[in-house]
Amino acid sequence: MKEILDEQTVRHVAHLARLKLSDDDLADVREQLSRILAYVDLLNELNTDDVEPTAHPLEITNVFREDSVGKSWTADAALSQAPQRQNGFFQVPRVLGQGSG
Amino acid sequence: METVNAVRGGACSAREVVTACLARIEAIDQKLHAFLSVDGERALTEADRVDGALKRGDALGPLAGVPIAVKDNLCTTFGCTTCGSRMLESFQSQYNAHAVDRLQQAGAIIVGKTNLDEFAMGSSTENSAFFATTNPWDGSRVAGGSSGGSAAAVAARLVPGALGSDTGGSTRQPASFCGVVGLKPSYGRVSRYGLVAFSSSLDQVGPITRDVRDTALLLKVIAGHDPRDSTCVDLEVPDYLKGLEKTSRPIRVGVCSRDFGDGLHPEVESAVNRAIETLASNGAEIVPVDLPHVKYGLACYYLVATAECSSNLARFDGVHYGRRTPTPTNIADLYERSRGEALGPETQRRIMLGTFALSTGYYDAYYLKALKVRTLIRNDFDRAFDKVDVIASPVTPTTAFRLGDKTDDPLAMYLSDVYTITANLTGHCAVSVPCGVDSNGLPIGLQFVGPAFQEQRLLSIAHQYQSATSHHTAAPPCASAN
Repeated sequence: MKEILDEQTVRHVAHLARLKLSDDDLADVREQLSRILAYVDLLNELNTDDVEPTAHPLEITNVFREDSVGKSWTADAALSQAPQRQNGFFQVPRVLGQGSG
Repeated sequence: METVNAVRGGACSAREVVTACLARIEAIDQKLHAFLSVDGERALTEADRVDGALKRGDALGPLAGVPIAVKDNLCTTFGCTTCGSRMLESFQSQYNAHAVDRLQQAGAIIVGKTNLDEFAMGSSTENSAFFATTNPWDGSRVAGGSSGGSAAAVAARLVPGALGSDTGGSTRQPASFCGVVGLKPSYGRVSRYGLVAFSSSLDQVGPITRDVRDTALLLKVIAGHDPRDSTCVDLEVPDYLKGLEKTSRPIRVGVCSRDFGDGLHPEVESAVNRAIETLASNGAEIVPVDLPHVKYGLACYYLVATAECSSNLARFDGVHYGRRTPTPTNIADLYERSRGEALGPETQRRIMLGTFALSTGYYDAYYLKALKVRTLIRNDFDRAFDKVDVIASPVTPTTAFRLGDKTDDPLAMYLSDVYTITANLTGHCAVSVPCGVDSNGLPIGLQFVGPAFQEQRLLSIAHQYQSATSHHTAAPPCASAN
């Protein structure tokens, strides 16, 4: 199980999670996650071929409501916690034409 | 609650109650660090409103004039909602959590927001980005977590009650470490609207109080249907307080002798065994139950919880709210640096683990496997509940550990949740009550787990135990410091 977490995999996962980690942090995370995954390997003692997964404790599927107009926030309230805003919009750095996204 | 009757009967005003409460917080919390923020002025204004209503003879809510503390992952329109994170250090919610609304409608006065492990991820409150809460019984030890601030505040008699949240034991474990009562209601019993999501198939909001009567009172206020949380079930909310005295038939208490794979401390084990003997001598039938899959609970939990956390915490991107890195070079850099800089090490670790478990090539082996094991664990409990009303166990393998003892070893920290996590995986309700102290004078907790939506029965059994014992009346030394 340990070899699953090579450095490349950890870098890939950090990218998927959009986390900037230093090389030291990456090494720490790799070591700690390897240990946790080794522990989690315990689950492989169990044969679960014929077991249905439980994603959720309740037997509920879709919950519907009336399609009616309700109260909603003002643009000002929605933008009130934005780190940067401009002309009633959330402001971010340029998205297109730069970097690798 | 004594406070409710005192205010109602005119023995003291709500202002006097809140003033005394704020004075205690001022005197004691410098050492305890239970609160992240206290809003005394607002609390006194609210108290005056209750006093005015009382004078006019207006109808009073069931919690009129009672000071309550709220875990800082429950949104409030007043003050900040930080989740113990740098990410949300100055975040001001535009709405109240449902449970907060319910408290206020009932006349409760929210005096402050309590400390927690960042985004409720942890078992000691040491993962708070701001400071660790200390244990009221011994300042060198942890209060437990993640609702450590709420449990410590109640134990030190700073407030008569508090709200916490419980994803894997986060109300019950700190309640146990601090010698108070902590409830995890059944999944779907209390709306999570306005609870900052950690793991959506596990999270519940629950009360922390000194005794089961107060838990019943608080649960009645916060439970019930709310269309804003689609998992919140539309089921009648019984009068839990009145129901405490009801004992229609003999109680059947299940006991599982199976190894949880935990390193159970002998003093905890013997205190729990004594508690079970007490129940038996008060007429309960003790029934052995087998839960063959409980030892897989922790491994299952740490895959499910982290997978869901990695998805839920994707919202903290430095765009709409929360902290943004000061000089991003492009949008990808903005995401990665904002998150990398503002989220703490345990939060990042869990996001990484969850992202890995959900990623292409590993999903079936980890996440799906965990969901299947979750079914097996649930079947164990459902089978057991055919025979018994509740299952009794320790809350934690040990009493409160020392600050710093487990911060370098995430897995050791996780192991302190081994008894509590299963109720979150299954959706059952569970309560932690004090059942003695160890040789260091540290509280030991007894857990009862009951079937989903059977809080009435669960609490009445816990109440019967408290009626036969006095462990819950013990106060920590710091509580008399004022």
